[in-house]
Amino acid sequence: MDELKLYTYIAVFSTFALYFAIAWWARAGSTSDFYVAGGGVTPLQNGMAIGADWMSAASFISMAGLIAFLGYGGSVFLMGWTGGYVLLAMLLAPYMRKHGKFTVPEFIFDRYYSKTARIVAVACLIIASLTYIIGQMKGVGVAFSRFLEVDYGLGLGIGMFVVWVYAVLGGMKGITYTQIAQYVVMIFAYTIPAVFISLQLTGNPIPQLGLGSTLADGSGVYLLDKLDMVVTDLGFKEYTTDNLGGTLNMFAYTMSLMIGTAGLPHVIMRFFTVPSVQAARSSAGYALVCIALLYTVAPAVGAMARLNLMQTIEPVAGQNLEYAERPQWFKDWETTGLLQFEDKNGDGKIQYTADATTNEMVKVDRDIMVLANPAIANLPNWVIALVAAGGLAAALSTAAGLLLAISSSISHDLMKGVLTPDMSEKSELFAGRVVMTIAILISGYLGLNPPGFAAGTVALAFGLAASSIFPALMMGIFSRKMSGKAAVAGMCAGIGVTMLYVFQHKGIMFIPGTSFLGDMGPDWFFGISPNAFGAVGALVNFGVAFIVLQFTGPAPAHIVAMVENMRIPGAVSAAHDH
Amino acid sequence: MENKEKYWQENLRLIFICLAIWFFVSFGLGLLLVEPLNEFRLGGYKLGFWFAQQGSIYAFLGLIFWYGAKMNKLDKKYDVES
Repeated sequence: MDELKLYTYIAVFSTFALYFAIAWWARAGSTSDFYVAGGGVTPLQNGMAIGADWMSAASFISMAGLIAFLGYGGSVFLMGWTGGYVLLAMLLAPYMRKHGKFTVPEFIFDRYYSKTARIVAVACLIIASLTYIIGQMKGVGVAFSRFLEVDYGLGLGIGMFVVWVYAVLGGMKGITYTQIAQYVVMIFAYTIPAVFISLQLTGNPIPQLGLGSTLADGSGVYLLDKLDMVVTDLGFKEYTTDNLGGTLNMFAYTMSLMIGTAGLPHVIMRFFTVPSVQAARSSAGYALVCIALLYTVAPAVGAMARLNLMQTIEPVAGQNLEYAERPQWFKDWETTGLLQFEDKNGDGKIQYTADATTNEMVKVDRDIMVLANPAIANLPNWVIALVAAGGLAAALSTAAGLLLAISSSISHDLMKGVLTPDMSEKSELFAGRVVMTIAILISGYLGLNPPGFAAGTVALAFGLAASSIFPALMMGIFSRKMSGKAAVAGMCAGIGVTMLYVFQHKGIMFIPGTSFLGDMGPDWFFGISPNAFGAVGALVNFGVAFIVLQFTGPAPAHIVAMVENMRIPGAVSAAHDH
Repeated sequence: MENKEKYWQENLRLIFICLAIWFFVSFGLGLLLVEPLNEFRLGGYKLGFWFAQQGSIYAFLGLIFWYGAKMNKLDKKYDVES
């Protein structure tokens, strides 16, 4: 145990030292450095940075755990969080890069020629990004509380401080280079244990193939068939067919995550940092390569973790583990309160079943699965330490990217763009840093009471982005006539209905006790869960915008000309030209 | 028709083809047709399950790079490279 602690400290502190060093080396000197890294990042570097930026604690810590317990239903995360890049590469990134501005609200301001549109976009962006950061903070809290054996709140505080140092110092330039390092740490931390576990269980070192292979115990049974059998024997739903609240809900959930990915401002901002329109297209591809490396491994991690967990508790059907003989990882997670056992029938053994009256594993927090996975599989301590460093890298890199999106939208769009246009570059930079500090404090506070598992919370953020920002951007490029009034009405309607549907169940801004559901179920609208509602919100956004357009008339001629110019690559203006 | 307009029309057609495939592999094979596809197998994977958790991601990757390559050619053809 002491060896593990030592390795963990070494892994965490050496990676943190690396991030700080990079942030210092690449610190921002100008607003252009601060917001778009001076526009000079190669597609592969940018792809890795997008990967780190975007693969958050939700992807790293939470997703495989959710898949482990949802089975086939977990596919919504896998397809949803990768399919959005297809939309980005084809529908948004190249045209927005051509237009060449710093921020998403700035693009919206130009395209919709309206300060109101800019302010509405800033509001949507802040709501979606803050929700997203809460999910990261949950991940940071879980990782620190377990590995540094500190309280959840203190873990959160340390994480906030680290992000503050390098995000405020480095801006986009520092964040981009730090994220490249974080991507590398993250991907090794994720795949190394997966390779070990896949080897142990199936003899195949490639997890993507191991998941489709037979078990190495000589039985000749396929791993997935074995898992299906083990879970159905205990009354759980069959792993490979368990669908998440029905086909319609899964459909809406996947769609919501896809268009949310394409509408998240901190991801879109990344495409402003590449040198050309062609580079914007290929960046999306490189980003997805970097992301797919983790995402195709995740289903193997989930299924293998579930199988290992089940077989630890019940090695042979009917022979349950004695509670007194439980392994060390079990005890460690019990002390965090995220794993709880209650000996209901008093036989001293652990029964884990789907039936709530006899199930004795009364709490198995999904978010612990990836972190506990190497220990469950008896992997060496340095692997476990590596996973801790990877989880923190994931959470911190995403939090930094989101904070940058929030601070730029307030200092650049709200203050410089609307309130005090004659602000100097120096004071804008200062304002950006102050706003970032405040945003860290607020998100840390909200992170103390997260509304759900990290991945679930993050899914809500995607729904909010899907229902507001994505439709406005897409219509701005693909409809020459779309007017400012119509876009504003669409954004307000889209995010409005989504927020109503989410908050009626989860509470206003997720503050407990403010939900106003009444006697309706949380998924009263055709069985679509709040996390999946962004797709409906986006439809409302499109619908309202086109109806309002009919009544208020099209955009003026100079805007139509601007849209036509956006569609043709031609000579791009550098993002720092104003 | 003006050259720029032709370029845009060709781009739109390409996007339409790509998004049709995008929809088919993920929502089609991975979701709507998952039950009949699960009758078939790819090693230990049920086929529909494989599309939902592996295949669709590989297809997305192929699509983005294919679209990028086609667009680079189109940019050259209309001489609008940046």
